[in-house]
Amino acid sequence: MATQSSRSAARLMMAPAVILLLGWMLAPLITTLYFSFRRYLPLRGGDQGWVGFENYTRFIGSSAFWPSIQTTLIIVGGVLVITVLLGIVLALLLDQPMWGQGIVRILVIAPFFVMPTVSALVWKNMFMDPVNGLFAQLWKFFGATPVEWLSQASLQSIIMIVSWQWLPFATLILLTAVQSLDGEQLEAAEMDGAPFIKRFWYIVLPHLGRAITIVILIQTIFLLSIFAEIFVTTGGAFGTRTLTYLIYQRVLESQNIGLGSAGGVYAIILANIVAIFLMRIVGKNLDN
Amino acid sequence: MARAVTTNRKILNTAVAWSIGLLIFFPILWTILTSFKTEAQAINDPPIFLFFDWTLENYAVVQERSNYMKFLWNSVIIAGGSTVLGLIIAVPAAWSMAFVPSRRTKDILLWMLSTKMLPAVGVLYPIYLGFIKLGLLDSRFGLVIVLMLINLPIIVWMLYTYFREIPGEILEAARMDGASLREEILYVLTPMAIPGIASTLLLNFILAWNEAFWTLNLTAVNAAPLTAFIASYSSPEGLFYAKLSAASTMAIAPILILGWFSQKQLVRGLTFGAVK
Repeated sequence: MATQSSRSAARLMMAPAVILLLGWMLAPLITTLYFSFRRYLPLRGGDQGWVGFENYTRFIGSSAFWPSIQTTLIIVGGVLVITVLLGIVLALLLDQPMWGQGIVRILVIAPFFVMPTVSALVWKNMFMDPVNGLFAQLWKFFGATPVEWLSQASLQSIIMIVSWQWLPFATLILLTAVQSLDGEQLEAAEMDGAPFIKRFWYIVLPHLGRAITIVILIQTIFLLSIFAEIFVTTGGAFGTRTLTYLIYQRVLESQNIGLGSAGGVYAIILANIVAIFLMRIVGKNLDN
Repeated sequence: MARAVTTNRKILNTAVAWSIGLLIFFPILWTILTSFKTEAQAINDPPIFLFFDWTLENYAVVQERSNYMKFLWNSVIIAGGSTVLGLIIAVPAAWSMAFVPSRRTKDILLWMLSTKMLPAVGVLYPIYLGFIKLGLLDSRFGLVIVLMLINLPIIVWMLYTYFREIPGEILEAARMDGASLREEILYVLTPMAIPGIASTLLLNFILAWNEAFWTLNLTAVNAAPLTAFIASYSSPEGLFYAKLSAASTMAIAPILILGWFSQKQLVRGLTFGAVK
């Protein structure tokens, strides 16, 4: 069906999007690479020339580097595990016959529409505040000492806030997949006396495979760069400094552009390693 | 998967599902309720749920302290502008990928999605510097461009999955009947593509509305949208729960309502068409 002229027309239609994205990718990337090899302190002497790989070794040699990688992986991994597991449970539950299914679904989806700055502020002040927060009041009611959530259990608190934001997304997608499950197959298995666990393991879970992949892929893209949730709650203190946040501090707070840019290059490499794995999976999904 | 069940089972399902639903929704409900309390009632121990003196005072105070309408307007312009601009650029691209696919189409799509993984913080300074040089810092136009570029891969991808489902035979039939390319696009393809375009528009509007890295770092006063409006309540104002709640409710209400009305379209869009 495609003729020579329609092919060149197609190329022309694609061009603006491709050129814009190429520019958006390359221009900042090249600038970041350039700065990463220079000693550049805007407030303390400006651009002071080439320094080779000094920024790279300093960034990776700093005591904050490895902990930040660890923090990033814990937050991303923790949120993924929680949202996928709870998402499966919720999807199976919401699929059951009940009254007011539509309203329950609306309630469950709602957190997805709340902007990250708002949810971080509300959780931090109204729930996790050790004096007036709702959790503190609940703890006191049961005679326990209120927990200082964002300093004593900072990582867990942030994982909880972020999971609350992303659970709706996981649930929605898994629910869509559950609803397309073949009911007769399940019924047959049930009549043959297969217990719930076996029905779940051999029929439901394999069917959800693709949906779980999509959830992990899309969430990872967004979770690797969470910013507002940390910016508003702990400001990177109490072991919650992710790689993103560490670079942000180097660039904007210490105004060390060279060092921050070297960190940026590391972040880009890390993101690309993750991306290669994820792209393979999506690529496979594109085929069928 | 839904099967006939006993009434008892249905009652149990309903009870469990409603409890969990309300638990998940509770932080939002609590915020909305608190916004109508006085500051003293907001921190009362034990907490007061419904029986307090409802007041609109907090909304008046928040509006007085920071001009809400200006932030709201900035959010609308930035989210709306970037989404519309993104669609204008993405529709032709997705169209040609779906209807005139070549061997490289898949690679181009994957590459586009991979630009989405470029960590924003890694390129913050170059963009920041460029914005200063071009005089775009704290301008709505600058943010429209940046958010459009950030969401462009998602827009292209979503439109592509929608367009791919439009059968090519319909186009051929139209061509046989003597339709010109313009008529073909205007009268045959567009009506079929509108649902897909609508849900792409919605999802990206929401993503742009909630975006909180570039909007916080590239604005100061003039172009600051609602994300910055609410960030100004970090501390110590955050300790005034009633006012914080009023400001939060004002920031999320527009998108919450929009999202609820369009949830069916959103689900489809969110899965990139990969889950049916």
